[in-house]
Amino acid sequence: MDYSSFLQMREEFSLLVVMVILLVYDIFATEKALKQFQTVALSLFTLHTLLNCVPREAFAVAGGMFQYVPMQTYIKTILNIGTLIVLLQAHKYLDEDANRVKRGEFYFLTLSTLLGMYFMISSGNFLMFFIGLETASIPMATLVAFDKYNKKAAEAGAKYILSAVFASSISVFGISLIYGSTGTLYFNDIATVFTGTPLQLMAFVFFSVGLFFKISLVPFHLWTPDVYEGSQTNITSYLSVISKGAAVFVLFTLLVKVFPKIISDWQPILYGLAVLSITVANVFAIRQQNLKRFLAFSSISQAGYILLAIISGTALGMASLVYFVLVYMFSNLAAFGVLSVIEQRTSKVQMNDYNGLYQTNPKLSFVMMLALFSLAGIPPFAGFFSKFFIFSAAAQQGFYVLVFIALLNTIISLYYYLLVIKAMFLNTNEQPIETITSDIPVKISLVFCTIGILFVGLVSTFYDQIAVFSFGM
Amino acid sequence: MQYTLLIVLLPLISFIFLGLMDSKLKPKVAGIIGTSVLGIITALSYTAAFEYFTMHKIAGVYERLIPLHIEWVRFTEFLHIDLGILLDPISIMMLVVITTVSFMVNLYSTSYMHGEKGFQRYFAFLSLFTFSMLGLVIATNIFQMYIFWELVGVSSYLLIGFYYTKPSAVAAAKKAFIVTRFADLGFLVGILFLSFYTKTFDFGILTSGNPNVFASTVGVSFMGLSVMSWAMGLIFIGGAGKSAMFPLQIWLPDAMEGPTPVSALIHAATMVVAGVYLVARLFPVYEVYAPDVLHGIAYIGAFTSLFAAVIACVQTDIKRVLAFSTISQIGFMMVGLGVSGYGAHEGLGYMASMFHLFTHAMFKALLFLGAGSVIHAVHSNEMKDMGGLRKYMPITNYTFLIACLAIAGIYPFSGFFSKDEILAATFEFSPYLGGVMSIIAGLTAFYMFRLYYSIFWGKGHKHAHDHTPHESPLAMSIPLIFLAVVTIFAGFIPFGHFVTSDLANYDIHLDMTVAVMSVSIAIFSIGIATLMYRKESKIPNIMGKTFSHLHKSASNRFYIDEVYIFITKKIIFKNISTPIAWFDKHIIDATMDGFAGVTQWTSVKIKGFQSGQVQQYAYIFLLGTLIIAALVLFV
Repeated sequence: MDYSSFLQMREEFSLLVVMVILLVYDIFATEKALKQFQTVALSLFTLHTLLNCVPREAFAVAGGMFQYVPMQTYIKTILNIGTLIVLLQAHKYLDEDANRVKRGEFYFLTLSTLLGMYFMISSGNFLMFFIGLETASIPMATLVAFDKYNKKAAEAGAKYILSAVFASSISVFGISLIYGSTGTLYFNDIATVFTGTPLQLMAFVFFSVGLFFKISLVPFHLWTPDVYEGSQTNITSYLSVISKGAAVFVLFTLLVKVFPKIISDWQPILYGLAVLSITVANVFAIRQQNLKRFLAFSSISQAGYILLAIISGTALGMASLVYFVLVYMFSNLAAFGVLSVIEQRTSKVQMNDYNGLYQTNPKLSFVMMLALFSLAGIPPFAGFFSKFFIFSAAAQQGFYVLVFIALLNTIISLYYYLLVIKAMFLNTNEQPIETITSDIPVKISLVFCTIGILFVGLVSTFYDQIAVFSFGM
Repeated sequence: MQYTLLIVLLPLISFIFLGLMDSKLKPKVAGIIGTSVLGIITALSYTAAFEYFTMHKIAGVYERLIPLHIEWVRFTEFLHIDLGILLDPISIMMLVVITTVSFMVNLYSTSYMHGEKGFQRYFAFLSLFTFSMLGLVIATNIFQMYIFWELVGVSSYLLIGFYYTKPSAVAAAKKAFIVTRFADLGFLVGILFLSFYTKTFDFGILTSGNPNVFASTVGVSFMGLSVMSWAMGLIFIGGAGKSAMFPLQIWLPDAMEGPTPVSALIHAATMVVAGVYLVARLFPVYEVYAPDVLHGIAYIGAFTSLFAAVIACVQTDIKRVLAFSTISQIGFMMVGLGVSGYGAHEGLGYMASMFHLFTHAMFKALLFLGAGSVIHAVHSNEMKDMGGLRKYMPITNYTFLIACLAIAGIYPFSGFFSKDEILAATFEFSPYLGGVMSIIAGLTAFYMFRLYYSIFWGKGHKHAHDHTPHESPLAMSIPLIFLAVVTIFAGFIPFGHFVTSDLANYDIHLDMTVAVMSVSIAIFSIGIATLMYRKESKIPNIMGKTFSHLHKSASNRFYIDEVYIFITKKIIFKNISTPIAWFDKHIIDATMDGFAGVTQWTSVKIKGFQSGQVQQYAYIFLLGTLIIAALVLFV
């Protein structure tokens, strides 16, 4: 066998190299050199992102176990940028005395989950896919429990791992049924023989709930708020954006590539899940006082919107999906960024604590406002355009009622997003959060997100580029 | 000529920078930044104009250049919104006009607005306005124009309402915004009509003269008017709003509440001619496909012009006199366009209208800046507080006089040439209309010299402040002198070589009959004004009493504002808005409250699902999976 073809998996190898360098560096570097650990890590990862941002020709490795198409470069780059923003926001947290020893672990674990997602995205075989999924899940659980002496974090870690194992086992059961009924695990082969016999439909449902869990769709979402609340805020943002983003890409590719013949079966499923997720999450979000839980529900409802792009199953859907995730990433990471800064300095996460924030921290409030406006889909921010494209993708396939329900829900969501803005700008507070000077990495990340929120929508090049490649998915 | 992009972008950058820095900058620095950016783009515009008019001519016709074109948003094959830069004679001319006046106004403002609160904000807004106006004139398609059209509306709103603590300024800003916005509704609907039938927004395609573009409009009519008449008429309503044509002129006099340099920029030279520019831009379409609308424009222009000129004769606030004179002069431009045809000599009206736009921008900006200088000196807008100022303010006096002579149409000042061409074209179109326009020209000369004498001649009155009035500082007199020089010499520009309806060369001939007649009328009117206002005289009072009804109605602007208030308050608010408000409150709000109630209720009921117990989560998870499986298998 010619192993040199493996070298084509450039993104994966490059990330692996970064991980190994960091691991070795963390273990063997001198005390003095270690002071620069984060700088080195961040620059290496930036380099990795830049090196791998240009799409290449499509190819397959290992007999089709690993399949690359140019669109994946965009997806992986989006994940890379998101991860980079999260790492920048975690800089301060990892610099604290208590966490300094664990820095290497943090980076290694985060990047391994990312590597798992890479494989998941590029897989051409269910085994490969499953390995990727697990590589992404298991380090994730340790990340959730990163503050292991914090009771809440430990609880969140336990909940995450238990739920993830449960979901994976159902998913792998589904995969075994697929294998049983088709005799193969390769995507390309399955696509031709997967015609929708009752057994195959069952297999499909069992398999796909594993992904629904990852995307945290109602009713597979119950773990989300608890885990989001318990884990360290930067991890939460990673979970809500990167992990979720990877899963929706995979879901879309699988549905279109592997299960095109049962489209009339999976469309109603997604339909129901979208309506449930958007509505239920909105209804819960209204009640939340804890902003981390609040954003957890908001992200569940955003996931519901994402289904509107997936349900179309068209190239337009793919383009609007990638675009939506890009915009969602900027908006959500901006919101979480502000949240994490404030939480780290003052350990305040309740909505009441944010009363009068504008008086003391106008810039942070402003970024938060932009992020929430974008999440709510108010023009001219990017969130408006991403929702617009998603709605048009779904409407193009005739899902008018679904689009209407989603539209109604945006009104509800506007209410709770505005609650936070009202707290920051209008409500008065005897003791507002004191003025915070954020560290430079966080500033960079927030500026980057703000630019994204403002310009990704207005500058049509982004969407056009994505649209060009989505036709070759 | 890619660098023309800079002309548009620099003011935007300057706006963002000044806006973000705001009070962190010293006022002086903000003024310098704003003014120097304008200086740079003025130089760039002159370069562009020079390059364009000297280089590009194919078979005697100026070429349309599109140095930049990007597809911004693409919805379908036909429906896409583009952004770009279109360079042709009229857009180049507008670039020169806008940057020149804006530069002068910026320079002037550094001194005029000195010490005002919000000085930096003022310069930021000026930059924003310049950006919007430039974007409007270089638009390659009607949608881009619409975007910038609205931006112009917003920035003018901000500038009129600059003194936001003054209720009258706030009200004026709102009035200007609402009235023009209301007119823009017509514009938008017109755009939609036009593009629905032609499948394009692009000016190049619309004005190409290709009949296929309009093929689908043939035979389509609604209520007796062809669809093109509807579309172009609606588009003109948008233009009429911005250009203050009757009956949408009510916002302009009130807009004088803004700082005086702003009036010079917006309400003399740039924004108010946007409507004229719009008609000129689409002129080939009007001329061929909606001649009825074009003639309508001529009559509306003439009526507005007469109407405003009569009112201007009795106003006592000097800025309002100028405001009504602006409305009247824009009426002239509209008449010029309305009576014009397409081609060499037939296109005389078009050429004359553009020429008048150019000269008017210069001398009207000069008049406003001069008025600003006077107001700066006596701290009042009222004529009765002025008089005898010529001794104290020689520069202002002479420059103002030059501008008055120009607007009155006295040879050899620039206004003579452009106005004369409009009159000549109008006489060719209809002698009656020509006669009316000549009378208006006489009225113009009369009220302008009434204004001039009241300010600079006569006895000095007691001034509001005790110090004697003095000439304005250099930063204010330089723009006055510059614009005065332009006003003296601009008439000798062979305008027909640059801007014509068919982009070809046209040599202007003076129509001697018209010229002699119009100058005599002007001199006669100036004579009357001299008689009445140079020294204190009883004639104005006697005249006022003799024609007391006319005088009273004209002073009250013929009660048009009252008519608006009656229509809005008594008819629309009472009969339409009140029932709608009731419906909104009791039906729509109640439904929404119902939604909210149901949402809250559901929220309380289902919160139990989120118990925190992981075993229950797993249970629900499994249940969900099984339900989905069951539904997929059995439904």
